Amino acid sequence: MTGNTPKPQPVPQPESDRYWEGLKNEEIWLQRSVTTGKFQFYPRSHAVEDPDGSREIEWVRASGAAELFTFAIAHIAPHPGFAGDVPYVTALVKLDEDVIVPTNIVGVDPEPENLQIGMRLKPVFEHHEGGQTLLMFTPA
Amino acid sequence: MPNIQKLKNLSARAHIVGVGESDRLGKVPEKSPLALHSEAAINALDDAGMKLSDVDALFTAGWSTLDVAEYLGIHPRYTDSTSVGGASFVIHVAHALAAIAAGYCEVALITHGQSGRSDRAPIPRNPGAPAAQYESPYGIIGPPISYAMAARRYMHEYGEDRTRQAMAEIAVSTRKWANLNPMAYFYDKTTSFDDYHDSKWVAWPFHLLDCCLVTDAGAAIVITTPERARDAKNGSVKILGAGEGHDHSMISQMTDLTRAFGQYTGPQALEMAGVSHSDIDLAMIYDSFTYTVLVTLENLGFCGPGEGPDFVASQRTAPGGDFPLNTNGGGLSYTHPGMYGIFTVVEAARQLRGQAGDRQLDKCDLALAHGTGGLLSSTGTVVLGVE
Repeated sequence: MTGNTPKPQPVPQPESDRYWEGLKNEEIWLQRSVTTGKFQFYPRSHAVEDPDGSREIEWVRASGAAELFTFAIAHIAPHPGFAGDVPYVTALVKLDEDVIVPTNIVGVDPEPENLQIGMRLKPVFEHHEGGQTLLMFTPA
Repeated sequence: MPNIQKLKNLSARAHIVGVGESDRLGKVPEKSPLALHSEAAINALDDAGMKLSDVDALFTAGWSTLDVAEYLGIHPRYTDSTSVGGASFVIHVAHALAAIAAGYCEVALITHGQSGRSDRAPIPRNPGAPAAQYESPYGIIGPPISYAMAARRYMHEYGEDRTRQAMAEIAVSTRKWANLNPMAYFYDKTTSFDDYHDSKWVAWPFHLLDCCLVTDAGAAIVITTPERARDAKNGSVKILGAGEGHDHSMISQMTDLTRAFGQYTGPQALEMAGVSHSDIDLAMIYDSFTYTVLVTLENLGFCGPGEGPDFVASQRTAPGGDFPLNTNGGGLSYTHPGMYGIFTVVEAARQLRGQAGDRQLDKCDLALAHGTGGLLSSTGTVVLGVE
């Protein structure tokens, strides 16, 4: 996915360095609350679904298995960096660890009939020279 | 949690006495956003029979009240720049009610001005915000794509064909109202169901005619004490109930894609006002997209989850229908500069005061105005009424 104008690039924050470093190695690392056992996305400094707001968080490697939760097909680029990509599929994907991540579905023609909610997905790692690696998905 | 008994005591402790738009709406490249604030403010004050020198409280969003007050040349004793997207200005109505009742101020001015179409210097996004890190790199940027993903999930839960039909109904009925409003962008242009289905894709499942306009526009509201409201030049409207809140910032963090925060703010506003859904003569519901209206009707409790498509069927919300909705022509066909919420209150006040021209409802004693901000993120609801 390339265009003439650069796309917005993620700028990792201290609490998300581990997540972005993991993607460079084609690994998905998620935070999990030690007290509740619940995974969370995106990385934070505390357990967001723990009513006590505990700071006891561990990093756990996710399997990458996921299903399509919802999607849209962008026909008008919302930013000049995506002008060469339309139409493209944006999606919210539910990992088997029960967190939702925003992403793209790649490797399918961007037509609604090719995309069924609930369809099984596997990760695709899009590396950017000198930048971060984006986590995308394709039908499993 | 909100204390409903205390809120009931706040009901009607302040009145809307003036509303106004900028002189022109639509394509207004010759006016800056602050000039649109200023025009609308002076028009709303004129409507109230007041002057800028009467104002002692300022509320705005998008801009800081510092910039707007300085441009207007006023020195407010109460200030509120609460900025949570297009719902902000509806929330400001409630904040003004509370501030006036508490004694902080007597004449509150809420202003909006935005050159969504012609801005020479749009306000940049915060590059450190989570959205810049987790959504923007994937091209999940701006409202159409985010709302489209929510709508697709709704279709999955409640049926694609009936959702599509409902979205078309809303696009067509809203345009019919715009055809009665000379200030509407599409005053002179009708639309049909075929036009809807033939319009291009913006972000599937959204056609172009599912999406709001992008315009230049300003609006303002003047609110004061019940005592001073007696002198209002063109009549006044009581602020009877209100609710506000928000769920998320990024669409991917929304708790339930088919339940926006109106599920809390709607019932709260109605309960505070002491009225029920069936009492409402006019619903002004922020229509960033056709889908926004559909899901909001459910969230507010006008119908149950998944019942929206039946509720809006057969042009029930169009002129002559038994559920008047967005009688100014809405963000879809009247104006939408980016943060449209204030216009829901402006139109509700006009209908309640009997000043809505060709689109005036036969009976309008009680209206609900509802703003939705961000990416289905924030909502503000107010219930307004006349004797």
